[in-house]
Amino acid sequence: MSKQNLALLILIILLALLPLTESRFYIFLGTDILIMGLFAVSLNLLLGYTGLVSFGQAAYFGIGAYTCALLMKKASLAFPFAFLAAGISGALGALIIGFFCIRLTQIYFSMLTLAFSQIVWAIVFKWNSLTGGDTGLIGINFPAYLDSNTRFYYFTLAVVVISLFILRKVVDSPFGRILTTIRENPERTEFIGINVKLFQLIAFMISGSFAAFSGALFGIFNHSLFPDLLYWPQSAEVLIMSLLGGMYNFFGPFVGAAIMLYMRMLVTSYTQYWPLIMGTILALLLFFFPGGIVGFLAKSRIFTRRAK
Amino acid sequence: MLKVQNLKKSFDGFIATNGVSFSVQKGELVSIIGPNGAGKTTLFNLITGHIPLDEGTVSFKGIDTTRMAPHRICRLGMGRSFQRTNIFPRLTVFQNIQAALLAHKGKSLTFFKPVESFFREETREILERVALKEFAETTSGSLSYGFQKQLELGIALASEPELLLLDEPTAGMSAQETRQTIELIGRITKEKGLTLLFTEHDMEVVFSISQRILVLHQGRLIAEGTPEQVRNNPEVQKVYLGESR
Repeated sequence: MSKQNLALLILIILLALLPLTESRFYIFLGTDILIMGLFAVSLNLLLGYTGLVSFGQAAYFGIGAYTCALLMKKASLAFPFAFLAAGISGALGALIIGFFCIRLTQIYFSMLTLAFSQIVWAIVFKWNSLTGGDTGLIGINFPAYLDSNTRFYYFTLAVVVISLFILRKVVDSPFGRILTTIRENPERTEFIGINVKLFQLIAFMISGSFAAFSGALFGIFNHSLFPDLLYWPQSAEVLIMSLLGGMYNFFGPFVGAAIMLYMRMLVTSYTQYWPLIMGTILALLLFFFPGGIVGFLAKSRIFTRRAK
Repeated sequence: MLKVQNLKKSFDGFIATNGVSFSVQKGELVSIIGPNGAGKTTLFNLITGHIPLDEGTVSFKGIDTTRMAPHRICRLGMGRSFQRTNIFPRLTVFQNIQAALLAHKGKSLTFFKPVESFFREETREILERVALKEFAETTSGSLSYGFQKQLELGIALASEPELLLLDEPTAGMSAQETRQTIELIGRITKEKGLTLLFTEHDMEVVFSISQRILVLHQGRLIAEGTPEQVRNNPEVQKVYLGESR
């Protein structure tokens, strides 16, 4: 077992032991970090690996959350099926939106992802009879076996660990390598015989699907859903998490999510100026650590040795 | 092997390619020369499908590729290098070649196997061929310009092309790098029995290795023939001397 895998195993065991603290605060924060961490890693498949700056990742997060909740509430579907359906709906949403977005490049691509996510938001916001619109979706009957903070924490941990395991396999596969060549040089990739648009679309779907799983988890976590889940600041926040942690490292965005959520918890208990502090940190980071926190640590070899 | 007929392309009224027709036989070494702005790179981009053409047809190995997507043309067995170096800068030299092999050998849609295990031998072979073996683990973006060009050649070779299009393979190189690169290209095309179509600004290089030369000027083909014929063509002399004096 490689050193990195050993470290991960230890980390998972520690995370599994977290509920033993019996602290509601840490269990709550831990669940939040796991969910947002998965969300950020799903975005990073596009951002860090494929070189596609998506400003509309909240759409898939929201699609996942609403699909899971609505199928249970309106169609009385059992939770496991509703949860799986959320992932599928995220992939389908990404297929439709991605089909149009990948036709454009760079800033135009980013703007189009933003536009589509706002369209999805507007639909959720206005479709009162289905989504509850602005008042949100409340009173979702999640299964009793998830109905305790600790149990839900373990469920989340399991989903996130499995998801990250799959995603890591994908980025380390030939498919993942081709994604990085697209990031580096789409024109050249085209002329080693790769259908670049197809690969981008597949990456979109994988990313959308895992974002939807994280969204579905978030819905259960919150016991209610609001259109805010899909509003653009949600997309911006997950983008910032990825940059903060480091987009050229698989776990970078996860670390970014953890740091950001922990700091927000800490700072907001002292002052209401969290956005100001966040902005300052981000500005400093972009100037001094363009590779994000994990990128910086990896470079200075503080706790990792460069992969050969 | 390659047949180009009456190609036309204009950009916002500027005519970059104006009725170019020529063909390349299997095993030939053909160069395209012409002053800056003559339309050499545009011509390449039209052939490889990177730019849609206005008029004319391109066929490769008897297959009509006029409106085919670049990745399909590549799969038919056409390789190319670009004038500005075109590699994957943040990947290592080894990974650059390996990626091209993954694409060529149809393994690019493999999702759950570690990429490290794929085509190690084949990658090393190509690295040896383009004399970059010692740089296998170097981040390719940090290589010198000449080495990057060599790597690009390696990427093109990985897809086992029958026809290789090289756009200014020695642009920006020192005299020594130019000589080495030309030797390398000459050796590889001979060993692999490749057909080669290339553009080049260095006349010495052109006349030393081409079997046939096409002269492009303001989007038109003004002369075609052996190095000897082209050298003595009065119109070519006028274009070139008029440019430089």
